[in-house]
Amino acid sequence: MNMNRWKNVGRLTGFLVTMALLLTGCDGVLDPKGPVAREQLQLINLSFIIMIVVLVIVFGLFFYVLVRFRKRKGQTGIPEQVEGNHKLEIIWTVIPFLLLVIIAVPTVLYTFKFATDYTNDKNAIHVKVTGHQFWWEFEYTDKDLGLITANELVIPVGKKIALELTSADTLHSFWVPQLGGKIDTNPGMINKMYLEADIAAIYQGKCAELCGASHALMNFKVIAKSEADFAAWASQMKAEAVITEEAKEGEAIFTAKCLSCHAVSSDDRGAYPNLDGYAYRTRVAGVHPNDPQAENLRKWLSDTDHVKPGNNMGNQGLTDVEINELIKYLHELK
Amino acid sequence: MSYDAHAAGGALPHNPEKATLEGRNKILGFWLFLGCECVLFGTLFAAFITLRNQTNEGPTGFELFDLTTVAIATFLLLTSSLTSVMAIQAMHRQDVRKMQIWLAVTVLLGLGFLGLEIFEFYEYVHHEEFGMTTSAFSSAFYTLVGFHGGHVAFGVIWISILIGQLSVKGLTVVTAPKIYVAGLYWHFIDVVWVFIFTVVYLMGKVAIT
Amino acid sequence: MAHAHSVKRYRGMMDWLTTVDHKKIGILYLIAGGFFFLIGGLEAILIRIQLMYPENTFVAAHTFNELVTMHGTTMIFFAAMPLIFALMNAVVPLQIGARDVAYPFVNALSYWLFLAGGIILNVSWIFGGAPDAGWTAYVPLSGPDYGGNGVDFYVLGLQIAGLGTLIGGINFLVTIINMRAPGMSFMRMPLFTWTSFITSALILFAFPAITVGLVLLMFDRLFDGNFFNVEAGGNVVLWQHLFWIFGHPEVYILILPAFGVISEVVSTFSSKRLFGYSSMVFATVLIGFLGFMVWVHHMFTVGIGPVANSLFAIATMLIAVPTGIKIFNWIFTMWGGHIRYTTANLFAAGFIPTFVMGGVTGVMLAIPPADFQFHDSYFVVAHFHYVIVGGLVFGLFAALFYWWPKMFGRMLDETLGKITFWFFFLGFHLTFFIQHILGLEGMPRRVFTYLIEDGWHTSNFVSSIGAFAMTIGTLVLLWNIVATSLKPRNAPADPWDGRTLEWAISSPAPEYNFAQTPLVRGLDALWVEKTAGNKEMTPAEPIGPIHMPSPSILPIIMATGIFIAGFGFMYAREGFDNAFINMIFSNYLVAIFGLGITLVCMLLRSLYDDKGFHIEPEEFEDKGVKA
Repeated sequence: MNMNRWKNVGRLTGFLVTMALLLTGCDGVLDPKGPVAREQLQLINLSFIIMIVVLVIVFGLFFYVLVRFRKRKGQTGIPEQVEGNHKLEIIWTVIPFLLLVIIAVPTVLYTFKFATDYTNDKNAIHVKVTGHQFWWEFEYTDKDLGLITANELVIPVGKKIALELTSADTLHSFWVPQLGGKIDTNPGMINKMYLEADIAAIYQGKCAELCGASHALMNFKVIAKSEADFAAWASQMKAEAVITEEAKEGEAIFTAKCLSCHAVSSDDRGAYPNLDGYAYRTRVAGVHPNDPQAENLRKWLSDTDHVKPGNNMGNQGLTDVEINELIKYLHELK
Repeated sequence: MSYDAHAAGGALPHNPEKATLEGRNKILGFWLFLGCECVLFGTLFAAFITLRNQTNEGPTGFELFDLTTVAIATFLLLTSSLTSVMAIQAMHRQDVRKMQIWLAVTVLLGLGFLGLEIFEFYEYVHHEEFGMTTSAFSSAFYTLVGFHGGHVAFGVIWISILIGQLSVKGLTVVTAPKIYVAGLYWHFIDVVWVFIFTVVYLMGKVAIT
Repeated sequence: MAHAHSVKRYRGMMDWLTTVDHKKIGILYLIAGGFFFLIGGLEAILIRIQLMYPENTFVAAHTFNELVTMHGTTMIFFAAMPLIFALMNAVVPLQIGARDVAYPFVNALSYWLFLAGGIILNVSWIFGGAPDAGWTAYVPLSGPDYGGNGVDFYVLGLQIAGLGTLIGGINFLVTIINMRAPGMSFMRMPLFTWTSFITSALILFAFPAITVGLVLLMFDRLFDGNFFNVEAGGNVVLWQHLFWIFGHPEVYILILPAFGVISEVVSTFSSKRLFGYSSMVFATVLIGFLGFMVWVHHMFTVGIGPVANSLFAIATMLIAVPTGIKIFNWIFTMWGGHIRYTTANLFAAGFIPTFVMGGVTGVMLAIPPADFQFHDSYFVVAHFHYVIVGGLVFGLFAALFYWWPKMFGRMLDETLGKITFWFFFLGFHLTFFIQHILGLEGMPRRVFTYLIEDGWHTSNFVSSIGAFAMTIGTLVLLWNIVATSLKPRNAPADPWDGRTLEWAISSPAPEYNFAQTPLVRGLDALWVEKTAGNKEMTPAEPIGPIHMPSPSILPIIMATGIFIAGFGFMYAREGFDNAFINMIFSNYLVAIFGLGITLVCMLLRSLYDDKGFHIEPEEFEDKGVKA
């Protein structure tokens, strides 16, 4: 009876582990795409292996004891009352201690390594990150760049990106699992961190600190491009967008209703997300795909609170006609 | 060892505050309470030290503090600690009259201290425009010093009530531990004040650039 | 002579409202803590339903934040803490051979203050919204500029309950130091008493930090203070320090009593003395001590710098050593024993591997660069549920099944108990194991939803199924409790072949606990007598009348006063339509009235000495102390 139970537990555990491995997707911490995330994963792996050794020993002993020393039918008498065993106790004090030393040494080394300050490194790209409820502002401070974007951080591969992070309101935390661990953005303080991407791709970014109703939707993207593509992107951002006749109506509506909050030139800050280069954005409001049919943009403009609850834009009471014109205009912001 | 504190009757033992288990419990528990108060004030000090230079363009401690008033307040409170010791010594001589006199002096000195503190706060709020909401420094200042002031006020009321209880009930194995722990409490707020005097006033007057 | 005091003794409801008997207060704690446990559990189920599918709209974003906040706050402060106090009240005085705690009156006050705090927090749901800034209430989100007044309920509820916890901690420290029976030296105390002792010490030194933190937050919210107001020079990280200087010891406040329970249960059901008793005591003290040195490991990503991060990382790793000692000692207590798998022991056995898993992820989290990835992700959610549910709750369930007969005189049903165990144990691992992986896949904690493209839906679905299984386990336990309470009160004094003093007296324990204070002659006092062939404990005093403290209605009135004052402060700046109500609130009259009630009660307590009453030997239920 008892044995059967334990067999079942064993089966279930096996099932869980297999399933867990299958579910481990292709992105996230376990699939690093930059040196920072890779070194962090190495530390995770080191500690994981040591911990697995610990688990195997403890579980082995534990299950052996559970089965071997269960009270059997007809068993009488009193087991020997053992006070303790100094030799054993020394062993299980010293060995864990040594294992911890093995972990502690690289821990300290890497803790200091990741605190390296690249903000004065001339070869790095310098970006000021500001967390807002519920969007991210990225300001490229290098003289030759001088751009401001929102929710999409475009970076060149193979270069150190030196970030200086702060917040405009509540706490947020900047996290791109495939490129590196997170750091909090605190109002009134500036934190520093660096990232680097190996290959050109789009990486998922998340806010990892509860910051209000739409904390879950405070997503952003890190878009890594080759150096040439990055340069092309930067010059395109700087160039004035060409607005065709067709979108002039939309431009007028934008100027009247939106421009006081949203800048459309890449060197203006504005209180809310800079919309320059909107046509190239992968996402609407950082969340849903910026589809050519503008389905998601339409949803957003007609009811922002439904898409991102508690956001500061609220519903602007735009008519369907106005929304259509605005979409035309926004899709020409290149 | 008896639980029957009230039934002890007869002559009081030499240390009436420790004569019963209840009395000993009370004293031990009060020491522990003071340990917890240490952490409480320690945390308030930590908050104050973090924020003491954040004056938000309001008055700084250097501009505000008048060490003469504070020194007088310190003198009053330190003296009151001494008089509370006299009261406990009178208790060990079982001289209820002297106890009451010394406790009353302690209360009066405490009231003097409180008066000075209220005067000081009044000056800050009405003449220096330094209120709770002025800056992070002001919030931390009023909270730390005010918490201490609140403790003094509570002590003054508490000891006054105990003086009355002594008149009605006399010195017994029930009242003695109360007097004893009130004495401990009074020393404690005295010690806290020494730290406030140093960290808030002296450091504010000397160290700030 | 002195025994003739006539004291009014109450019956029925009045008896419960006025009781100062630690056993009854323990039951009150159990009922209220159990109730809040169910509420917190319901909140957990709603969270898991919302996360079952991507972009689910079962609850709104803001409601979800309220749910996670209330789930965490309720479970930690109003379920785990009172359930621990329930056990400490029910067991510690019995284990040390005392007739009551050091301050029975204060004990009742602790309970009523806790209850007042719990009610204040939970009525927020109907008074304009629950707190929504997370159980950690990080500023500025919890500050005056964001959200509604839900956080006021959090601040005042925790403050009031925290006061009760603090005086409870002092009470048990004094009880354990001063009230032990003759012969019960410190190194003969049962391990549950030891862990209660250390937990009380941690309460004493940790709770003032959160008290101050809450005061500062309250001043910011209610009186326009600037502690956390960045514009006026405030500092948002200060809150995090204050919270975690309390918050990390709090973790050990919760888990140490569970360690104690496991030690008692494993030893009893293996019929063996605890292996390495002195090293267990030493490890407990060391864990308690180190618990104060590691709070920054909750703040590795705040930007405190590599020096602080490294130091706190190493301090954190050190805690693994005494914890490991405990694990091995439990395994070797079972080694060579005759292990009986009662429900209590199943939970204790389930505790060991589960807690070890929570422990190893704890070591992984202690590595700052790794924590940059783990922090505030579902990996952390998995970790702390492994230690708090897999550790503490398993321990609490083991304790309930173990001590239920001593508390109520009835045995919980073992079959239903085992059903509870399997549903809860398997459901637990199904819910939380997979969350480690969700965290590594990049799922942040406290998200009200996720997108299909995130690819987390299968794991979340599995996790929710596990939560339902845990719910079934809990419901079976409830059924078990109801069914048991309908049965006759016939539990034997010593149903488990126990080793410690509480099993030497009848079940449930009589009002006076021990008719004669027992003489303790070794570790596992009752076992010593059993092996010496004695039928009962050796008494340390002759039979005589027993002095008891009087019941009192004052504690509940004092708590009510503070409860009223809490509302007075919260609504002082609310604009009411009614001019009179506006006047009494805005002038703090309600707050002053409430505090006045409490202070007057304190005064009454000081002026009128409690003479107590006596129970005469002829009223004893049974003579002497049986073994």
